Amino acid sequence: MMPDRATVLDALSGVRDPELDEPITDLQFVSSLEIADGAVSVNLRLPTYYCAPNFAYLMVADAREALLSVEGVEEARVVLDDHYASCEINGGVNGEFGFARSFPGQTEGDTLDELRDIFRRKSFVSRQEQLCRSLIREGRSPEELAGMRLGDVDETGALEKYLERRSELGIGTSPEAPLVVDPDGKEIPREAVVEHLRFASTVRRSIEGNAELCTGLLAVRYGNPSPEEATS
Amino acid sequence: MWEKEESALYEKDGEKYFVVDGHVHFWNASPENWIEGQEQYAKGWIECFYAYHQLGPEEYYWPMEKFQKYSEETMMKDLFEDGYVDKAIFLPTNLRDWYKDGFNTTEKNATLAEKYPDKFILNTTFDPREGSEGLKEFEEKVNRYGCKGVKLYTAEWMSDSKGWTLADPEAEPYFEKCMELGVTNIHVHKGPTIWPLTKDAFDVSDVDVAATNFPELKFIVEHVGLPRIEDFCFMATQEPNVYAGLSVALGALMHSRPRFFATVMGELLFWVGEDKMLWASDYAIWHPKWQVEMFVDWDYPEGHEYDDFPRLSTEGRKKILGLNAARLYDIEVPAELQIAATA
Repeated sequence: MMPDRATVLDALSGVRDPELDEPITDLQFVSSLEIADGAVSVNLRLPTYYCAPNFAYLMVADAREALLSVEGVEEARVVLDDHYASCEINGGVNGEFGFARSFPGQTEGDTLDELRDIFRRKSFVSRQEQLCRSLIREGRSPEELAGMRLGDVDETGALEKYLERRSELGIGTSPEAPLVVDPDGKEIPREAVVEHLRFASTVRRSIEGNAELCTGLLAVRYGNPSPEEATS
Repeated sequence: MWEKEESALYEKDGEKYFVVDGHVHFWNASPENWIEGQEQYAKGWIECFYAYHQLGPEEYYWPMEKFQKYSEETMMKDLFEDGYVDKAIFLPTNLRDWYKDGFNTTEKNATLAEKYPDKFILNTTFDPREGSEGLKEFEEKVNRYGCKGVKLYTAEWMSDSKGWTLADPEAEPYFEKCMELGVTNIHVHKGPTIWPLTKDAFDVSDVDVAATNFPELKFIVEHVGLPRIEDFCFMATQEPNVYAGLSVALGALMHSRPRFFATVMGELLFWVGEDKMLWASDYAIWHPKWQVEMFVDWDYPEGHEYDDFPRLSTEGRKKILGLNAARLYDIEVPAELQIAATA
């Protein structure tokens, strides 16, 4: 069965820019998508020629993995265009060489797991802050939040996003688990919660702002709207 | 030869501003300067800068050809006649692997700095991985050009090494030499970086270590650690000798992303404070004229999301646009342009 376009796009929307914590489809990084029988081919583009190659590699690799996870996809090819390391990244990902072998002698360590982890923890803090901010808007005080358990929070999109990242980091998601914890999963005590959330808001604003900067640079480079947006 | 004696003074609503531009370039990125076999990198680099250029107001756009290589007259007029700059600081970006004569080297900048000594402050650079040879060369440059500052690129490659940190033992003799020679302003590039691949090039914790070990030196973090301004803020708030270099922050954001710019300003004012923030145009990526004009008029946009941030006064604007840098570089400021002493 030939996979349909919507299913493939949906799978791609699960791939996020590790630094910006937004789907590559929303960021307009997907410039084309072609499906021919079980073979899917995707082109990606980034805001600049010199965007960090490690993040670029992660997105290309994650995109390919996402495509292969779709039922009916037998072959997947992801090509990053207009990047100074396009050749190494495209060859490495589609040939399944792994990051270190794609850039022989140029990397520290074999994988990008550590880098990914740093940014997962940052987006964890950011997602937590977004959830807490919405609870404070509804009338809770920061001190109240410090005493709350996950089970005390109404189910919303913000909660779901937060729990998803918690679980990826191996931080407990049971209803009895404390709501406000640090990126290592340690509960934030009542007297420290205001300061914790102030720090967290800086992290959140930084991530949001970087996404804006990248969007601006992408628009300068390729104009708007993207081909994918125009065709989908 | 550019012959104007006096810079154009910026005056608005009866307030006069002394303007120090903390980061300017005199580059040559035209094809004649590209190294054979490295053309794609040389071309890609300037195209990347050109994209940033287009985040400024449209009426200031240059054609690519001019952006690749601009004349002495253009630079002098833009900065000192039209751009209200009283003093501009050169920070080098060598990139000798891609550009035959380098991109924007100490030597190239010196051709202007030596011709117009009243207008420019010339900084150089060093790399601790060059050991005692490099140390000697650094000292010679400082003696020859009278530098009071350096620009450091910790993420740069050198043979097998994929970057260095300010906390490395190899860096220590260099900082000691800086103290000895009076090179007290250490500009560190912590911003968008290419190499190395896996190292966390935006990490600013090494600045923290060096700032603690060398309290007499001032560390100006260029581009305020973008895209990770939060790490920079958390560090700078703890170190009295760490400063925020606003190059890129104003140019790329103030016009094109005003709300994010307000957030960056708010965060910096909250964590770092107006006494430790230094404006820079990053010319020729952006023209100083619109930056100075827009910044003097700048305030938070409408909206409650800015309520918690400190406000910026006229005094604060004066500090950020020039008086803070003047203090770091011992630049004499005419009495009428100083902030009146309060009792």
